[in-house]
Amino acid sequence: MQTAPFDYYRPETIGEAVDLLTSVDGARPIAGGHSLLPAMKLRVASPAALVDIGRIPGLSEITRTGDSLTIGALATHSAVAASDLAKSDCPVLADTAAHIGDPQVRNRGTIGGSLSHADPAADYPTLMRAIGATIHVTGSGGGERSISADDFFVGLFMTGLAAGELVTAVEVPVMSAGQSGVYLKHRHPASSYAVVGVAAIVTVDGGSCAAAGIGIGGVTGKPERASTAEAALVGNAPSNETVEAAAAAVAGDLADPIGDHYASGEFRVHLASVLTKRALAEAFGEVSA
Amino acid sequence: MTATERAFGSSVLRLEDPRLITGKGRFTDNLSRPGMAHMVVVRSPYAHAKIKSIDSTEAAAMPGVVAVYTGGEMEAAGFGGIPCAWVVPDSDTQTPAHPPIAIDTVRYVGDAVAIVLADSEAQARDAAYAVDVDYEPLGVVVNAKAATEDGAPLVHDDVPGNQCFHWTVSGGDVDAAFSEADVVVGETIVNQRLIPTAMEPRAALADWDSSMESVTLWVTSQNPHIARFLLSLDTGIPEHKIRVVAPDVGGGFGSKIPHYPEDSMVIFASQQLNRPIKWTETRRENYLATIHGRDHVEEVEMAAKRDGTILGLRAKTWANLGAYLSTASTGVPTILHGLMLSGAYNIPAIHEDVYGVFTNTTPVDAYRGAGRPEATFMVERLVDLVARELSMDPVDIRRKNLIEPFTEGHEVATGLIYDTGNYEPALDQALEMFGYEEARKQQAEARSKGRLVGIGVVTYTEICGLGPSEVAGAVGFGGGLWESAIVRFHPSGKVHLMVGVSPHGQGEATTFAQIVSDQLGVAVEDVEVIYGDTDQTPMGWGTYGSRTTPVASGAIMGAIEELKEKGTKIAAHLLEAAEADVEFNDGVFSVKGSREEGKTIQDIVLAANTAWSMPEGVDPGFEASAFFNPANFVYPFGTHIAQVEVDPETGEIDFQRYVAVDDCGPIINPMIVEGQIHGGIVQGAAQVLWEGAHYDEEGNLVTGSLMDYAIPKAEFLPKFELGKTETPTAVNPLGVKGVGETGTIGSTPTVYNAVMDALAPLGVGQVHMPLTPEKVWRAINQAQEGGN
Repeated sequence: MQTAPFDYYRPETIGEAVDLLTSVDGARPIAGGHSLLPAMKLRVASPAALVDIGRIPGLSEITRTGDSLTIGALATHSAVAASDLAKSDCPVLADTAAHIGDPQVRNRGTIGGSLSHADPAADYPTLMRAIGATIHVTGSGGGERSISADDFFVGLFMTGLAAGELVTAVEVPVMSAGQSGVYLKHRHPASSYAVVGVAAIVTVDGGSCAAAGIGIGGVTGKPERASTAEAALVGNAPSNETVEAAAAAVAGDLADPIGDHYASGEFRVHLASVLTKRALAEAFGEVSA
Repeated sequence: MTATERAFGSSVLRLEDPRLITGKGRFTDNLSRPGMAHMVVVRSPYAHAKIKSIDSTEAAAMPGVVAVYTGGEMEAAGFGGIPCAWVVPDSDTQTPAHPPIAIDTVRYVGDAVAIVLADSEAQARDAAYAVDVDYEPLGVVVNAKAATEDGAPLVHDDVPGNQCFHWTVSGGDVDAAFSEADVVVGETIVNQRLIPTAMEPRAALADWDSSMESVTLWVTSQNPHIARFLLSLDTGIPEHKIRVVAPDVGGGFGSKIPHYPEDSMVIFASQQLNRPIKWTETRRENYLATIHGRDHVEEVEMAAKRDGTILGLRAKTWANLGAYLSTASTGVPTILHGLMLSGAYNIPAIHEDVYGVFTNTTPVDAYRGAGRPEATFMVERLVDLVARELSMDPVDIRRKNLIEPFTEGHEVATGLIYDTGNYEPALDQALEMFGYEEARKQQAEARSKGRLVGIGVVTYTEICGLGPSEVAGAVGFGGGLWESAIVRFHPSGKVHLMVGVSPHGQGEATTFAQIVSDQLGVAVEDVEVIYGDTDQTPMGWGTYGSRTTPVASGAIMGAIEELKEKGTKIAAHLLEAAEADVEFNDGVFSVKGSREEGKTIQDIVLAANTAWSMPEGVDPGFEASAFFNPANFVYPFGTHIAQVEVDPETGEIDFQRYVAVDDCGPIINPMIVEGQIHGGIVQGAAQVLWEGAHYDEEGNLVTGSLMDYAIPKAEFLPKFELGKTETPTAVNPLGVKGVGETGTIGSTPTVYNAVMDALAPLGVGQVHMPLTPEKVWRAINQAQEGGN
């Protein structure tokens, strides 16, 4: 399997990378290459040029500032999974990373690449919506901006990135006392991708659910926020009944589900509901434990 | 292995492994020849279309491209259609033309349209994308039963109703059995299409020698001698001018039996260009253009008495053969399928009609088990349905109907004569290992809490060790099924064993060395088994049908016996003793009672090779050649038990336990046998739980990659608990039976029956394989709606 011919650039800085992406016709950025290269080998994608941002220094750190963690766009999934900071301050992030794909994917794939690709079957985007992440990007002329996860994911493989813009980092809140997050997925038996993934972040205060974020991936073209289900939780005691009610509300948050030979839209909605129930039960269990 | 331990029966580590696991294997794609060019095949994106025109102008002008050829040019060069090697008698079999490169019409997605030759593979691939083919799409049919209906598009204009054949097997009075029955059960089974997915894709490298007018073809083959024979039919090159070499071959599961169009294409291109030509398929091509397996629709019924006694089995089967006949495709759903419908049971009356049908899909041929998994599935499914109807335990009904022990042959209603069998000890051992009674109690408790735990039990037998050549001829197979072997001792006592079979992962480089070691007292490491090269090995029919060890060992033993006799004569001469006084034990020829003064086999071999002093009438050298044509097939058997638990909310199946007690006769290498059983179980379980090829209405293969087609992964599986019984066959000198396919044959119905047992309390009757979570979830929903 060979790709079509392409030109190759390896910039040293973000500024240089952005310049190349805006000035070279048909240029696409590449980091870990775990989504783009397979597509190129199948000739589903044939970019005229690749801008390899994989060796730009300073883009793979994981740091804590105040109440948030900042993960550099080039941090690999295995680096996030192994990060002591992630494991202690945002365990659901480390755990999600630890279960992406297989070891080869985790050793090469990057968080920035996963978010930019915006595959509905990817794990990170779902978590980012549930947790309320902020995505930092740099565009032409060095212009920087921040996009909330809610605005970042636009549709099937579509993001709010403007032409030439690159993700530089992702910022997520650290888990506070009384807060817990769980990510569960139903894996496709062939690809191991999430057919449906559910991330649930709950905060319990004084015996009732004070806040909730539920992200659902794989059911529609983009990771969704199950706001009706979240509303069913807030203000209520984290009982089985509350969890059941929230899970039952998930379907209403998922219009126009996608389907394929393995799992129809109807089944995906059903899985989302079941996984929401299980993720919430586990998350509430962790808080009360 | 200690000095006192016999090589036969020891888990000798595989001699082939150090090479393979350190990356030193030599597979076809690893080979290259000076001046070699590369071939890429342009394939049809349409399942059925007229080829209106092919414009290769742009492709031919691209860098490195040396030629682009179409089917017409190959035909004009004298290349014929790809031959089918099996035409089942009394079935009115139609054998439509199969041009290696489609000429006017393409008949499945992946059918070859043109070939591009270039200096590098990348150049050939780039140019292949530039070949401009104009198609006029035609009507498409992908489903075998639909293909037989009035008005269905015709895959071949000269095959009315798309019916390739109608074959029947009949024994006993089936109508009487069903009219006398207290209970009749039945269902329509869809034994879905599978994709073999050998780890190594297919590859072929041809080197035409214009001086000698001969060709060498290195190819991923399970049977190089058959490949040579068939190539001589369609290439026009005489058989003695063709050398076929199967170097290391990375798995086949049947998919590397057939003679494929690409084998002839590389020979054609090598002749045209006077350059060696290599082709290696991509995984995508492997899925489109290498054969698939199974794909039956079966309407099945079983008749029984109230006490569980089985009276008869009746079936009507539509076998999807794909767009063209592959090498053995007509034999798989007939001879290897219908004749096994008695299973391990006394079933006095059996009737099956099998319709072989052409469709616009990839050709279907032998895949691990080849016909017998489909037959066993039918029988074992029906037995469970009878048990359920009569509220009998699945073990009790099996015990009631099992064929009693036999050592002199047992004839079943389909006419087969099973060699040897003793089924109940395997059943008892499996029940004991599984803790069956306790497991049923635990199941009842789990059920009372709403948990869906299921246990599946299967007692199977199967036909393998193919087989008597007379039978091969009688059932329409275009070749023999005997084997030959040459055992050649070199002066220093080292051995070459040359065989006509062609292992590709099964480990016979080790097990055959163990036979020689055990019989002649040389070290296992001193025996090199040579196979896979028609110029270096004697004639043989290849590795498939769990035949390699049961058949080839007969030839090996024949040669060994001859050498023992010769060695005895030479030893008697050297020891100045009478032949009758010389015995041979553990590699030493000696006069009885004086082993210390004896001659080692190495002494005898050196004496024979130098020939300084040979007994009168004995030729020099220490080599023997033998042929073996088995008098019957062999019939391994066993009992498999599985446990699963279904998640009622998601339909997911947790595969929890698997016990297999198999009887393949005396075991040469337990580790290798366990490996065969493990792999076999996995492939059968995979059909039940994960694997299934799926075409859309336009004939596109939806499951066309490993991203969509779910092959099993280690994490999906429980630990397998294996047991064995040992019932030798009289068919071959070592008493051994085949074990390459028993795992698959046993596990497919076992795992399926376990899942159906889990779902039984909900009233779920049937779910078609693979049992994906959505299908199980829908079945549960339907049953619950129906129940309310």
